Amino acid sequence: MSTATTPESRSRGKAPAGEKVADWADGRLGIYSLAKANMRKIFPDHWSFMLGEICLYSFIVIILTGVYLTLFFHPSMNEVEYHGSYVPMQGQLMSEAYKSTLDISFDVRGGLLIRQIHHWAALVFLAGMFVHMMRVFFTGAFRKPREINWLFGFLLFVLGMFTGFTGYSLPDDLLSGTGIRFMEGAVLSVPIVGTYLSFFLFGGEFPGDDFIARFFSVHVLLLPGIMLGLVVAHLILVFYHKHTQFAGPGKTNKNVVGMPLMPVYMAKAGGFFFLVFGVLAAVSAIATINPIWNIGPYRPDMVSTGAQPDWYMGFSEGLIRVMPGWEINFWGHTLVLGVFSPLMIFPLVLVSIAVYPFIESWVTGDKREHHILDRPRNAPTRTAFGVAWITLYFVLLVGGGNDLWATHFHLSINAITWFVRIAFFVAPVVAFIVTKRICLGLQRRDREKVLHGRESGIIKRLPHGEFIEVHEPLSQEQLHTLTAHEQYKPLEIGPEVDENGVRRKVKMSEKVRAKLSKGYYGGESQIPKPTVEEYKEISSGHGHH
Amino acid sequence: MSSQDIPEENLPTAQDTAPGSVKLADEKNPFADPGLPPHEHRIQDLDERAAKRSERTVALLFTVSMLATVGFIASYVTIPVDSSVYIFTLGHISALNFALGMTLGVALFAIGAGAVHWARTLMSDHEIADERHPIEASPEVKAKVMDDFRQGAKESVLGRRKLIRNTMFGALALFPLSGVVLLRDLGPLPGTKLRETLWSRGKLLVNMNTNEPLRPSDIIVGSLAFAKPEGLDEHDHGFMTEIAKAALMLVRIQPDDIKDKQALEWSHEGILAYSKICTHVGCPISLYEQQTHHALCPCHQSTFDLSDGAKVIFGPAGHALPQLRIGVNDEGYLEALGDFDEPVGPAFWERG
Amino acid sequence: MKKLSARRRHPLAALVVLLLALACTGGLYAVFAPADKAQADETAQSLTIEEGKKLYAVGCASCHGTGGQGSSDGPSLVGVGAAAVDFQVSTGRMPAATSQGAQLPKKPSTYSQAEIDQLAAYIASLGAGPAVPTEEQYGPEGADIAKGGELFRNNCAQCHNFTGKGGALTNGKYAPDLEDVSPKHIYEAMLTGPQNMPSFPDSTLSEQNKKDVIAYLHAVNSDESESPGGLSLGGLGPVSEGLFAWVFGLGALIAVAVWVAARTAKAKKS
Repeated sequence: MSTATTPESRSRGKAPAGEKVADWADGRLGIYSLAKANMRKIFPDHWSFMLGEICLYSFIVIILTGVYLTLFFHPSMNEVEYHGSYVPMQGQLMSEAYKSTLDISFDVRGGLLIRQIHHWAALVFLAGMFVHMMRVFFTGAFRKPREINWLFGFLLFVLGMFTGFTGYSLPDDLLSGTGIRFMEGAVLSVPIVGTYLSFFLFGGEFPGDDFIARFFSVHVLLLPGIMLGLVVAHLILVFYHKHTQFAGPGKTNKNVVGMPLMPVYMAKAGGFFFLVFGVLAAVSAIATINPIWNIGPYRPDMVSTGAQPDWYMGFSEGLIRVMPGWEINFWGHTLVLGVFSPLMIFPLVLVSIAVYPFIESWVTGDKREHHILDRPRNAPTRTAFGVAWITLYFVLLVGGGNDLWATHFHLSINAITWFVRIAFFVAPVVAFIVTKRICLGLQRRDREKVLHGRESGIIKRLPHGEFIEVHEPLSQEQLHTLTAHEQYKPLEIGPEVDENGVRRKVKMSEKVRAKLSKGYYGGESQIPKPTVEEYKEISSGHGHH
Repeated sequence: MSSQDIPEENLPTAQDTAPGSVKLADEKNPFADPGLPPHEHRIQDLDERAAKRSERTVALLFTVSMLATVGFIASYVTIPVDSSVYIFTLGHISALNFALGMTLGVALFAIGAGAVHWARTLMSDHEIADERHPIEASPEVKAKVMDDFRQGAKESVLGRRKLIRNTMFGALALFPLSGVVLLRDLGPLPGTKLRETLWSRGKLLVNMNTNEPLRPSDIIVGSLAFAKPEGLDEHDHGFMTEIAKAALMLVRIQPDDIKDKQALEWSHEGILAYSKICTHVGCPISLYEQQTHHALCPCHQSTFDLSDGAKVIFGPAGHALPQLRIGVNDEGYLEALGDFDEPVGPAFWERG
Repeated sequence: MKKLSARRRHPLAALVVLLLALACTGGLYAVFAPADKAQADETAQSLTIEEGKKLYAVGCASCHGTGGQGSSDGPSLVGVGAAAVDFQVSTGRMPAATSQGAQLPKKPSTYSQAEIDQLAAYIASLGAGPAVPTEEQYGPEGADIAKGGELFRNNCAQCHNFTGKGGALTNGKYAPDLEDVSPKHIYEAMLTGPQNMPSFPDSTLSEQNKKDVIAYLHAVNSDESESPGGLSLGGLGPVSEGLFAWVFGLGALIAVAVWVAARTAKAKKS
C-alpha cells in the first residue's frame, strides 16, 4: 500500500507535517495497520467499567511520584544524628533512611506533597483493584475468554500488596519497623528453613544493616517491573478481547456497543487520568498520611499501640491477631502453629477467590465465549460466594483493627477477638445463605415485572367497587433486557445402572460435579425466567394483576 | 474432565438473535432484541447557543488549569517551606503543602473536567456497534499451524538425536543452580545466635531512661522500668541487633502475690526481670497493668500474667516470656545472674 | 458515698458545691485573716487537715475506710500521697460510684481545688507519699522535646500511642487520650500510677525526664500542635488512613467516574 501512495504524496510535496511524521513512523513501526484496528475501537459506557482505569492511573501516579522520591531518599541503615528543621527530633539517633524521609517532608519544597500523593495513591490503587476485581467477579466478566486476564489482574493485586508493604517499610519509622519485626517472626515460624530464610533476608540477625537497601530494590525495581509488564499485558488483552457489556437492546454476544476510542474515549479516558491525579493531589493537600515525624525512628525495643499495617494487609493482621497461640514441641524442635497457620491461611484466602472462575467453568462445562455480563442476581451461587468471601475479608479486617474497635466502641478487646474467631467460620456461611435468598427474591421480582408489568402506583377503582393497582406493561427493550440472561440446567449423571442392568462406573469427580451443578442450577437456586408462552397467556387475557 | 461430557442440551440456548431479524419476529417473540434504540439528539446538537456555552465552559476549565499552575509556581517560590497556617477543620498545617496540593489538584482536575465535558457535550454521541470475532482460530488455520510445527520439529532432528535432547535438557536444568548458589552470601548461618543475648553473670541492669545502674529501691511496687545490659550504648554499631534481644522489662510485685515458684526464686525481693520481646512475633511488649499484673502486646494482643511466670493467658503467643535471673552485687546494684536460659523473642524450628 | 454520688447529679448540685466552696473560703478567711502570719501557717496546716478529714469522712470513707486503711470496696490510701489525691479527685475519677465498668473514666470534678487540697493534705498526713508537683516541675522551661519523644516512645507509647491518642488494654480497659490532660495531671499520673497504669517514680523516670515527656506531649498532642500534612485523622495510623482512602479517595473517584460515564442530557422531545 505504501509503495503506491508514497511517490504520489512526495510528488505533491504538500502533505501536512503531522502526516509526514506519521508516514515516517509507519515505515518503521507499521502504525497505520495498528491504528486501523484500534483508533475507532468501541468502548461501552458504564461507570463500573472505569474502576480499572482508576487503578491504572493511580499506578501511573505512583510511578511518577515514586521516581521523584528516589531522588531524595537514602536507602541506608547507617545511624546518624538528626539536626534538620523538625524540632521534636533534634539530636535523635536515626537511620539515614528515616532522616532522608524527614528531609523530604520538611526541607524539600513540595517533598511532603509528593510523599503524600505517593502513599495516598497506593492506598487508592489497592482499593481500586479490590473494587475492580469485585466488579469483574460479580458480573461474571472473568468467563471465557477472559480467565487469563482475571489471573493477571489477581497477580497485580497480590504484587500490589507486597509492593505496598515493602514501601511502607522503607522510611524505617517505628511503625514500619514493627511491621518488619512481625515479618521476621513470621519467617522464623516456617518449619525447618525458617531461621535460615530469616538470616538470608536480613543479612544476619534482625534488624541488621541490610534490609532497607534490599527492600528498596525490591520496592522500586523488581516488583514494579513485574507489575508494569502485567499491566501492559492486562491492557493488551482488554483491547484484544474488546470490552464486555451489559445486556440491552442491540447488544449481543457478537458485538460491542459504545463510543469510539478516537475521539470520545481519548478525551474521556485521557481526561479521567487528570481527574484521578487531581483528586489524589487534593486529598494529599487536605489529609496527612503516615506522619513519620510523629511516629519516631525505629528501635526494636520500642513500640506504640495501634500498630497496624496499611489497609490491604489488614486482613492478614486479623488472621495473626485472632489465631490461638498453638505451639508444638517435639524432638528438640518447635512447630509454631500460632504464627505459621495464619501464614498459610493468608494465601489460601486470596487463592480461593482467584480459582473461582475455573471451578465455575468446570461445573457448567460451558466452553463458549461470554461477552454479555451477568447481573449479579442472575448468578445467585456466584454472587453468594463472592459476598461470603468479602464477608470473611471484612471480618478479618475487624480482627486486624480490634484495638481501635475496642477503644472507639467501648468494647473489650478480648470479646472482639472471640467474635472474630467465631465469625471467621460462621459469618461467610450466613452471608452465603442470605445473599442467595436475596438474589432469588430479586429474580422473582424481575419475573413478576416481565409478566405483569411495572407497578405504577396508580390505584384504579373498578365499576364494581374493587380497587386495583394499574400495572404498566414493559417496553420491548425492557422485556428483552430482563430476559436476556442465560439459565443453565443442572447436570444429570443419569442412572448408574443402564438398561441392560450393567453397572456403569461413575467417577467421584463426576458425582461432585453433578452435586455442585445441582447446587448452582437446581430448582432452589434459580427462578425460571418467564417464557414467551407464559407472557402471551397473561397478556392476552385481561388479568393485569 | 472435558466439556465433551456435558450434554449439549444442558447448556442454555444461544442468547442472541441477530438484530434486524427481530422486526419480523416481533409478533412471535415479545422478548426479542429490538436492536439499538434510535439516536437522540442532545441540546448541544440542536441549539448552537448551548453548544457555544459548552465550548466556553470547556475553555474556562482549561483557563482555570493554567491559572492554577501559575499559582503552583507562585506558591513554590513565595511560601517558605516551614510556614504554618491554620485552616478551619484541618488544623495547623503546612502552608506550602496545602497551597501546592490544592493548586496542583485544581490544575489537573480542571484539565480532566474540561476534556470530559468536551467529550460529553460536543463530540458525537452516536453509539456504534462493533462486530466481535471469535478468538479461536478456524480449523484451517489451526491445521496449517500444526503442520508447520510438525515440519519444524522434524527438521530440528530433536526427536531423532536423543543425545542432543537429553544433554540440552540437562544443561538447561543445571545452569539456574549458579544463581541459587550466588544467594548464599545474603547472610550468615544462624548458628546459636538466636539463643544468646548480651546478658551474662554480673552484668548490671542499666535504666533505659537515665543510663544509670538500677538499685532494688528504685523499683517500687506498681512501677514499670526498662533496662539494658551495662556497656551497651545506643551509639554502638550493633546496638539495634543487641537491644532487639536484650531489652528487659522490670516490675515489682509483692512476693506473696507471685504465684510461680521459679519466678519468685529468680526475682529479687519481688523484682521480676522479663524479656521485653514478645514470644509471638517479637514486638516489644510492655503494656503492663499494675493492678492485674497483666502485660499486653500492642501488636497482636498476646497477654501474659507477670505474677505467674509470665504465662500466656490470651492471644496468639505460644509460650511464656523468658525471665532473667537477677540478684544484687556487693555495691547494692541489680545484676544479672546469667543469660536467659531460653531463646528470647519469636519461636523458631530449632528452638525445641 | 452513695448518697453523694446520687445527689451530685441533682440540677442544683453544682450550685450547692459552689456555695459550699464560697462559704468555706469565706469562713477560712474569717478564721485566718486576723491571725499572726507565722502562726497562721501552722494553724492553717492543721486546719486544712481537719477540713480534709471531714470531707474524707463524707466522700471517701465508705470505700477507703474511716482511717484510709482501705476496705473490700477500695484500696488503702496510706502512703499514696497528695499527688494521687489531687489527680484522682480533680480529674473526677474519685469519688467513684460503687458499680463501675472496666475502669473509671475522667469526668468533671465535684470538689473545688481548695477542697481537693484539704483532702490531699489529710491523705498525705496518713503516710508519706509523692507530693503535688509544682509548676516548676512540670512547666515547659528547660525541657528537651526530642528527648521527651524518645522517652515517650520507650515508656508511654505502648499504651497511649505515638502521640498520646490512647489505646486499648485487656478486657475493656484502655489508656486514655492525653490531649486535654493538664501537665500537672500528666505529671501526677506518671508519679503515682493511677488505676492500672504503672507508676514511673523519679528513681526510674527522673524529674527532668518527666518534664521532657510533658513538653513532647504538648508539642504533638494539644490544640496548638501542628500537623504539617493536613488532617491528622485522629493520629491513629493506618486504620483511619485506610478508611479515609476508601471513603474520600476511592469514593470521590467513583463519583467522578459516574459523571464521566453518565449519558449527557438529551434534548426534550417537543
